[in-house]
Amino acid sequence: MSLPVLPAPSPGAAAEAAHAEEPGRRRARRLPARYRAVALGLAALAWVGLYVVIAPFSEWLAGDVFGLDARSHVGSAVRFFVFETPKVFLLLVAVVYVIGIIRTFFTPERTRALLAGRREAVGNVLAAMLGIVTPFCSCSAVPLFIGFVESGVPLGVTFSFLISAPMINEVAVVLLLGLVGPGVTALYVGTGLTIAIVSGWVIGRLRLERHVESWVYSVKVGAGAQPRELSMPERLRAGATAVREIVGKVWPYIVGGIAIGAWIHGYVPERALAGILGKGAWWAVPAAVLIGVPMYSNAAGIIPIVQALLGKGAALGSVLAFMMAVTALSLPEMVILRKVLRPRLLAAFAGIVALGIIAVGYLFNALL
Amino acid sequence: MKLEILGPGCVRCQRLAENTKAAVAALGLEADVVKVEDIATIMSYGVMATPALVVDGQVRLSGRVASAAEIGQLLTA
Repeated sequence: MSLPVLPAPSPGAAAEAAHAEEPGRRRARRLPARYRAVALGLAALAWVGLYVVIAPFSEWLAGDVFGLDARSHVGSAVRFFVFETPKVFLLLVAVVYVIGIIRTFFTPERTRALLAGRREAVGNVLAAMLGIVTPFCSCSAVPLFIGFVESGVPLGVTFSFLISAPMINEVAVVLLLGLVGPGVTALYVGTGLTIAIVSGWVIGRLRLERHVESWVYSVKVGAGAQPRELSMPERLRAGATAVREIVGKVWPYIVGGIAIGAWIHGYVPERALAGILGKGAWWAVPAAVLIGVPMYSNAAGIIPIVQALLGKGAALGSVLAFMMAVTALSLPEMVILRKVLRPRLLAAFAGIVALGIIAVGYLFNALL
Repeated sequence: MKLEILGPGCVRCQRLAENTKAAVAALGLEADVVKVEDIATIMSYGVMATPALVVDGQVRLSGRVASAAEIGQLLTA
């Protein structure tokens, strides 16, 4: 390829010019530590203030400004929307910010080093848990898969990571927590981890290594970057970037989802769905999984709807299965993984995860 | 100077490429900015999280979209 071309003046001059600019830029951008602490404290205080004000504000808006009766259809729908929307966004900003900071401590390189050569079982548990905190985007699933497998992370352990990372993500957890409640959120996270651990372990037992595309093993993996230790201001900035990127991407789905949820909330009669989505319908769980698969990346929009369905008599197990199918089994990710997995292994992966989700669905329909 | 943007062609990779070009233009550097989408080449740099920025064969950034200002600092450091 082309040789390095030196900049037209001299490299020294360019570097000097950059240095001359440096102090001013630094002063403008980096606040001293104690101002930063004060700014963070003020932001936290403002957050709490806003959170406390939401309930009376939404009452006032729906009742006094719009003059809506809380018992009417439109009244209960509007109340739901004006209360839940700001609440969910406040929770989302706070949680995405904190998770964004936590994630700067867990790079994929560090996770791989923790998992390489790990025995199965212990490795599956560790991989599923690291999947929650390691930054992951399904668009880099292929380089991550190759990087893991080639450095000696067992195949099943790699899958435990690949299953838990998209399933237990901060957006899904915040929406569940804010809209449905801590009990269901704990169930979702707990059963999600279990599915990731068990599915990965089963895939490992099945000895499917030969169904990985053979070119994967001939790729030469370089040493990579030595991840530099970030400073605290850099970590805080990473949190802010995460808020901008994630909230910027999902907000239309959330607003849309809450609007549909609000409509269901106000207009669909109580128990209307007990017949079709209730415990009695044996086919509801597999059907929920089948419908969930093509709804990739819309967890943000789907959870508010799901919450409303729960209120109208849908069974918890079917609903959990549906949410898990949305987040864990996505068509685009399958297409991406097909580059490194032969059809048999891809089918085994999708089939085992789907079975796990269906089992969870039936279990909770039977228990609750 | 040779700058390579590694990534399978997602939106984030696009944005990193744009920011890099902006940084190069702002600093008046003469540099080749190339997008690399081939997995084997990406792996040869040992990158597991895309997008990544490679400067003259050295991985300087991976797994995030840096701002043009940050890339500028990185190129002049």
